[in-house]
Amino acid sequence: MEILLAIMTGVLYAGGIYFILRRSLVKLIIGIVLLGNGVNLLIFLMGGLVKGKPPIIPEESHHLEGLYADPVPQALILTAIVISFGLQSFAIVLIKRAYKVVKTDDIDAMNKTDDIE
Amino acid sequence: MKSIILTTVSKTLLPLLLLFSVFVLLRGHYLPGGGFIAGLIASIAFILHSFANGLKKTRHLLRIHPGFLIPVGLALAIGSAIAPMIFQDLPVMTGLWYHNEIPVIGKIGSALFFDSGVYLVVIGVSLTIIFTISEKA
Amino acid sequence: MSTLLFAILSSFLFAILLFGIGQKVFARISWFASILPISLFTYFLSFLGPTSSGETFSYLTKWVPSAGVNLDFRMDSLSTLFTLLITGVGSLVFLYTMKYLKGHKYLLRFYIYLSIFMGAMLGLVTSNNLISLFIFWELTSISSFFLINFKNTERASRKSAITALSITGFGGLALLAFAVLAGGLAGTYSISEMLNSSEALNNSSFTPILLILLFFAAFTKSAQFPFHFWLPGAMKAPTPVSTYLHSATMVKAGIYLLLRFSPHFGDNEIFSTVLITVGSITMLFAGFHTLFRTDMKGILAYSTIGALGIIIFLIGIGTNTSITAAIVFIIVHALYKATLFLLTGTVDHQTGTRDITQLGGLKKHLPILFVAGLLAAVSSAGIPPSVGFLGKDLIYESTLHGNQSILLTTIAVITNVFMVFAGFIVGVKPFVGKVTEKTIEVNKPHWLMWFTPLLLAITGIVFGIFPGIIEGLFTNSISQQLSGSEGMHLKLWHGFTLILLLSFITISLGLLIYFLWKPSSKKVRFMEGFNIASPKHILLKFAEYFEQFSYFLTRVFQNGYLRRYVMILLVLLTVVFGVHVFINPRVFLSLKEIRGLEVSEIIVCVVMFVSILYTVLTRSRLSAIAGMGVLGYSICFIFMFYGAPDLAMTQFLIDTLTVILFVLVLYRLPKYLRLSNNTNRIRDGIIATTFGTFLAFTIIEIMNETPIKKTTEFYAKNAYEMAKGKNIVNVILVDFRGFDTMIEIIVLSIAALGVFALLKLYLKKHEK
Repeated sequence: MEILLAIMTGVLYAGGIYFILRRSLVKLIIGIVLLGNGVNLLIFLMGGLVKGKPPIIPEESHHLEGLYADPVPQALILTAIVISFGLQSFAIVLIKRAYKVVKTDDIDAMNKTDDIE
Repeated sequence: MKSIILTTVSKTLLPLLLLFSVFVLLRGHYLPGGGFIAGLIASIAFILHSFANGLKKTRHLLRIHPGFLIPVGLALAIGSAIAPMIFQDLPVMTGLWYHNEIPVIGKIGSALFFDSGVYLVVIGVSLTIIFTISEKA
Repeated sequence: MSTLLFAILSSFLFAILLFGIGQKVFARISWFASILPISLFTYFLSFLGPTSSGETFSYLTKWVPSAGVNLDFRMDSLSTLFTLLITGVGSLVFLYTMKYLKGHKYLLRFYIYLSIFMGAMLGLVTSNNLISLFIFWELTSISSFFLINFKNTERASRKSAITALSITGFGGLALLAFAVLAGGLAGTYSISEMLNSSEALNNSSFTPILLILLFFAAFTKSAQFPFHFWLPGAMKAPTPVSTYLHSATMVKAGIYLLLRFSPHFGDNEIFSTVLITVGSITMLFAGFHTLFRTDMKGILAYSTIGALGIIIFLIGIGTNTSITAAIVFIIVHALYKATLFLLTGTVDHQTGTRDITQLGGLKKHLPILFVAGLLAAVSSAGIPPSVGFLGKDLIYESTLHGNQSILLTTIAVITNVFMVFAGFIVGVKPFVGKVTEKTIEVNKPHWLMWFTPLLLAITGIVFGIFPGIIEGLFTNSISQQLSGSEGMHLKLWHGFTLILLLSFITISLGLLIYFLWKPSSKKVRFMEGFNIASPKHILLKFAEYFEQFSYFLTRVFQNGYLRRYVMILLVLLTVVFGVHVFINPRVFLSLKEIRGLEVSEIIVCVVMFVSILYTVLTRSRLSAIAGMGVLGYSICFIFMFYGAPDLAMTQFLIDTLTVILFVLVLYRLPKYLRLSNNTNRIRDGIIATTFGTFLAFTIIEIMNETPIKKTTEFYAKNAYEMAKGKNIVNVILVDFRGFDTMIEIIVLSIAALGVFALLKLYLKKHEK
């Protein structure tokens, strides 16, 4: 399963990057979403996969022992998921607003401030 | 998107989901759950209600703008973080706990208040975003 | 000795105080600024007694102890000499400026810059820590930039300020590299402790590099050939600045550095050879150039460069005598050169010109200034009984008793001939001869404007008549400190010796040139003809090409298109790290593993794969969003399978919210456009796929390693004990890493505010 998921992560990255390299703003956002999912999966994999053992201390015990899923990447991903929602919503509104002002969906038409003449 | 079924269901679903979210919040320290998840459940409950009954009704139901939940939540979280500094001269974010156990909730401590702060902020943020967008989009 | 720290930092505090006073009030109480240097001068005078008998004072406070950087100040005899020069000349310059720039719009600003500069300079000469020395060193460069650029409405001022800053700034970088390297070799940044490991500094394979860096720092700061040209340029600054920074103090920083490190490297062959060579070239080059200038400040600039060359040359010789000579010459030069600069300032202020060909006969109007000029010229020429005679004597003394004495003595004599000429042409020429158009009517200057140069000039004569003062207070203890034995005994009269003869020859030749050679603009133009071969020209051309190259590089890499940036990063990553992974792939795909898969897992993966493909390939935005939703839910399943219920729940909820969000905004968003052509698509596809493959390989390789679980184990053990929670993920979020969560909810709040503001605020008319 690790290999399968590693490949999936690769596919997510590839898809995300392909979309980020496009000129359309909407595609850029979707690319960021895909890439975000890829990153979450990557962090999850780095913690190691443990089937069906959530990091929750059993009722009668005071410690977590034996085999359990790594809680550290989980905590990281949890915050990452929530933050990425904030990011996505902000970005999407920004794009909408930019589209209204610039009247184009083409990123290339928006690079005036960064252009060296 | 108004349908009678959805409208009817949402009327009972809203209180149920809200109750569930509080439940998830409280048990978060012991079982899966916590402020983030509970906050998201609550905001989805409101969003569902707004889809069924229209944004106006949901806003009327909420009475206050959801944005006000954000500072309240932040204040709660920051307050629980600096409480140990003020009351017991301990470093910031030291956990303070009430000794006796309370049924259902378990032990009460500053962490619970912190998580409630998170809960409120998440509701405030997601509702502000979704409501503003559906109003203006 | 915390007063020492306060004294050094007081200039910076004073600058802030001045800032607080405000321009209007300050214009009326500009004398107030002079309190600072005068009180510091008296303070540092108190060190004179103890340090001259060999005592040292130090003050140490930890600053960045982990990096070995401390505020470590040390007062010894050498430092005392420099602090007195800085505050002494500083006091006079502060007083002088009050009248010189009277009524200037930015007088306050000027004093603030001067105070900062003085503080930096004091820090530089008292620092015992190489890193803090570097910081003060850079601070002097920066404050000097502002002072040169004081008339910042003039293009030439700005240009020379930039030139000076870039050259001394480069030197500063070399000093930093030197500090790091020397600190690494010696194991300490403390200069006094480094003395114990001079073995390590001298016998390392890095020694040549170390010395080159040191030279680079010192030569740029002290305007040595071929970096000298920033100094004549810096003469664009108001004259008090030239007096203070560009003759008396800042340019001596490089010399201070070399003197400071002469005990460390004194025995090194490279050290002495390079210093003698560069010093000689600079001396001759600069001395010769004084003949081809008509601007008084220009002449003084070149004679300063020459004098700095002499000092470096003396340090290079490295004998007991030559170190004594160097110290004496530093004092001599500071006294007469500051006098000449201040005199130039007054002449310029009263007549409106500094052109030597347009000045003459000022004796009538400015008699006292003439006395000051004459005394300074005498000192510069080394005519007894001035202190300059003493200095020149010692120079010949050092060149005669060493290797290659004939060559070195000849160089010294030639240079000193030019010095005689330069001193007289600036100090005497404007006051004698025919009255010119510009000097028919000259107003009397304020008394401070002739008193300050006169005071300096008289000090020069007093020191000359009583050489014991210098010997007792400075040279003995400094040469004790630097070369381990007492310095030369100083006296004015040695009897009829070879040295006296050389002195006589020097003075007569110098005066002969003074009387015969008339500087003219024609000669200046003649000299400018050679500019094409000058170091200035070459270095500036180099800078120009460098700039063009930077433009080119920036245009290639940062062309303003987001995808170009992403592409470069990815291709670089894939090439640098990917090569390793692709050449030697470590994929262990065994049948056993495949057999171990459950049906549910396979289904989830297939759904995931299809949804990603669908999202990427579809032409409809709605389908893409649907694909994204499905993808999110399938990831949710993976979290569920592998023991992450919290994540599964969060992912499920957020995915729902995201889809809602996208659907809400979707129809207000532009349609997909086919903007790129097929070639670009294929290229991007290849880049993306390669990177994805590289990443997948890397993940597999990493997963074969055993992960370090220290943190995890700590949480697993202590979650209940310390935080009274059983859901470890939640405990991490609200307790162990509560601060992160706090920051996160703040970020979320900002995002919500941003969305709200973006949508609720209406466009202004001109934005529509």
